Amino acid sequence: MEQHEVSSNEVQIVAFKLKREEYGMSILNVEEIKRLTDITRVPFTPDFIKGVMNLRGSVLPVIDLKKRIGLPDAEYTDATRIIVVKLEEITVGMIVDAVTEVLTIDTDHITNSKQIASTESDMHSESNKFINGIGNLNNRLVILLNLSEILGLNGETK
Amino acid sequence: MDTNQYMEMFLEESKDHLQSLNERLLDLEKDPADSDAINEIFRSAHTLKGMSATMGFNVIAELTHDMENVLDLIRTDKIKADEDIIDVLFKCIDALQQMVDNINNGEPEDSVDVKELVDKLNSIAATGGDKAPASFKAKTTAEPAAKKDANSENPPANIELSDIDIDLINSAKKSGLRAMHVKVTLAETCVLKTARSYMVMSALDEIGDVIKSIPSTEDLEQEKFDLTFDVILLTGEEEQKVESVLMNISEIARVDIELIKVPDAPKKEVTTAKKAAVPAVAKKNAPAVKKQAIQHHDNMKSGQSVRVGIEKLDSLMNLVGELVINKTRLEQIGNTHRIAELVETVEQMDRVTGDLQSIVMKVRMVPVGQVFNRFPRVVRDLAKELNKEVNLTIEGEDTELDRTVIDEIGDPLVHLIRNSMDHGIEHPDEREAKGKPPIGQVGLIARHEGNNVIIMVTDDGAGIDADIIRSKAVEKSVITQDDADNMTDAEAVRLIFLPGFSTSDVITDVSGRGVGMDVVRTTIEALGGVIDVETKKNEGSVFKIKLPLTLAIIQALLVNVQEEIYAIPLASIDSTINITSEDIKTIQNKETIVIRGEIIPIVRLDRALNVSHIEDKKDEEIYVVIVHVGDKKCGIMVDKLIGQQEIVIKTLGKLLSGVKVISGATVLGNGQIALILDVAILMQ
Repeated sequence: MEQHEVSSNEVQIVAFKLKREEYGMSILNVEEIKRLTDITRVPFTPDFIKGVMNLRGSVLPVIDLKKRIGLPDAEYTDATRIIVVKLEEITVGMIVDAVTEVLTIDTDHITNSKQIASTESDMHSESNKFINGIGNLNNRLVILLNLSEILGLNGETK
Repeated sequence: MDTNQYMEMFLEESKDHLQSLNERLLDLEKDPADSDAINEIFRSAHTLKGMSATMGFNVIAELTHDMENVLDLIRTDKIKADEDIIDVLFKCIDALQQMVDNINNGEPEDSVDVKELVDKLNSIAATGGDKAPASFKAKTTAEPAAKKDANSENPPANIELSDIDIDLINSAKKSGLRAMHVKVTLAETCVLKTARSYMVMSALDEIGDVIKSIPSTEDLEQEKFDLTFDVILLTGEEEQKVESVLMNISEIARVDIELIKVPDAPKKEVTTAKKAAVPAVAKKNAPAVKKQAIQHHDNMKSGQSVRVGIEKLDSLMNLVGELVINKTRLEQIGNTHRIAELVETVEQMDRVTGDLQSIVMKVRMVPVGQVFNRFPRVVRDLAKELNKEVNLTIEGEDTELDRTVIDEIGDPLVHLIRNSMDHGIEHPDEREAKGKPPIGQVGLIARHEGNNVIIMVTDDGAGIDADIIRSKAVEKSVITQDDADNMTDAEAVRLIFLPGFSTSDVITDVSGRGVGMDVVRTTIEALGGVIDVETKKNEGSVFKIKLPLTLAIIQALLVNVQEEIYAIPLASIDSTINITSEDIKTIQNKETIVIRGEIIPIVRLDRALNVSHIEDKKDEEIYVVIVHVGDKKCGIMVDKLIGQQEIVIKTLGKLLSGVKVISGATVLGNGQIALILDVAILMQ
């Protein structure tokens, strides 16, 4: 793992937009980024599960990331992308409003989520658990997501 | 030498040999005079011994060695293969199986205690040795007869001997050893030539000294040789013995042996010595043994095959699936842009991909015989245990099924056969009292039926008593008394497939723990199959399993619900009909339709799947797909029928595994995904 990182205390982040906020996840979990394609609805799933898409012949579940972390719904646009994320054995697509860039952040510039809970009281408490921390890159704030919470890998109901 | 790389080969081959040991031993039990059987058993045991010794598994080698002693006595008619001996031999095979399994699981082989077996074998061998009448005569006289055609076989190639070699040969001669030129030819199909040559060398080392090999040992180890190699061996053994030792190693096509004669005084002239070292004697007196060995080998060769991991086949299958999807896309491009040349090329491609797909499908198919071949042994053991006499008939073992199905079907079948023998077949005296022959018949039959494979387990035993089942089911509160009274006999008998049901009063080792039939049913259903039973009192029962040919590709009917496309497996579809809204009648708040006097409940797919309504249906034609699970029928209301299509089943993955009503998904020709409905869940 280490060899992918720029140095031991720097991490690379894929940054993307949900509404006007900027979010990020570790580049090590990102397999690829796709344009929006046909998504087939799957009945009896939570509303944040958008359905399944065809990724080169295999069936890939797709999550609407905004719905998952409790942000209001919005129309898909030309900039909308699907980030294919792999965590442990699970591969899913995540719909985001736009992918901005790959950032390198010094771990010193990341505030972890516990501190945020007390300082940013306006943060939606339900969505708080989905957040690992906030990266500060020259006053540009990037919210770092906790992927295993988002995928419900920590025993949370699907 | 690192033997690890040959481990896999060792395991695979051991399994084959154990299987053949089992089969042939059963033959021998039926006919103790079957000399083919005993010879083959002997060879298998011997090969196992050689292989395991090479691999360093000494317990296996030791046990097979002792087995060999006993087998040799049987082979030479010194003792008779009576029931006790056969039993001991079967136990030995079980122990060997256990050890091979242990090795396979990375456990030590010696966790199996073979001491008792070894003692038994030794005591049999000891008693047999006493009354040893000679039967060697017959053998020796038979040999010269076949001498002629042995000579016509190509003689071993010349080997140049150095002075040192000749010295060695001469000094060996003085101590009573003989020098032989052994030419070994490997089978063309041989994959690990190095391993084979290694096995040959170590086998030869056991019976003598190898003083020279061409090519050199290093070259042999690096596979720098074609199919043949030559060895000069100094040994006290006879040629036949050497030959039979070598022929017992798998994938050896032939062995040519001749004695080497060297001049007594090698000092004379080097050049003449070299020439003289060449085959002077064509004294081949082993054709009898050889012929048999070669024949045996031909049998094995007839099924030329390569072992491939199932994962590789799966990924091949996936790739072909993708290819087909991409081909369809090209087709669409050609059609929309009207590019004639592209359309033509795609048509060609269509044929190729079609062939490719069917070949990949066929590659995954294996004959059910692979599962069936273990049952003769199971039935034999069980019959002894239960003190019953049972004859097993196997039919249709060539019927092919998908590999994944084959892997899963074994246990349910064992269960069914055990059940038939334990509950079905009566004791011999009981059978005679009923006027039946004392030997019970159990049948294991496989055959194709349309797109399915049918496997039946039949018996001519007591049958299943519907009344007993009814009362048991009520007693165990599986059903209520009312239900029981309203049930037909056929329905009542099917109760045995419900969880927590077992009719045997006595819990035997064999069956009757109450977890039997429902486990069988669940396993079969998980494979996309159905199980049913027919029974007649005192005439027997038939368990019928219907399985899809393959799990990976099925025929399905694609239907529209609003804008969504779903696939319904054709296997569960009875028919499709058009109705109007007036045909729908409500009975006890449930919507039903009547077809040919049959009342069938209907499910509106759009409601069942929470499909959002885009447009309201006008009261025109309504399409209903009639499906069935077992005897139950149900109509599924859809908006449109798209058509029948072969689909490749893909799983939805872990994240969506909770969605019960969908059993999987498939990628359609246009790249879109359609979900596959689980009809059984939908009906509930």
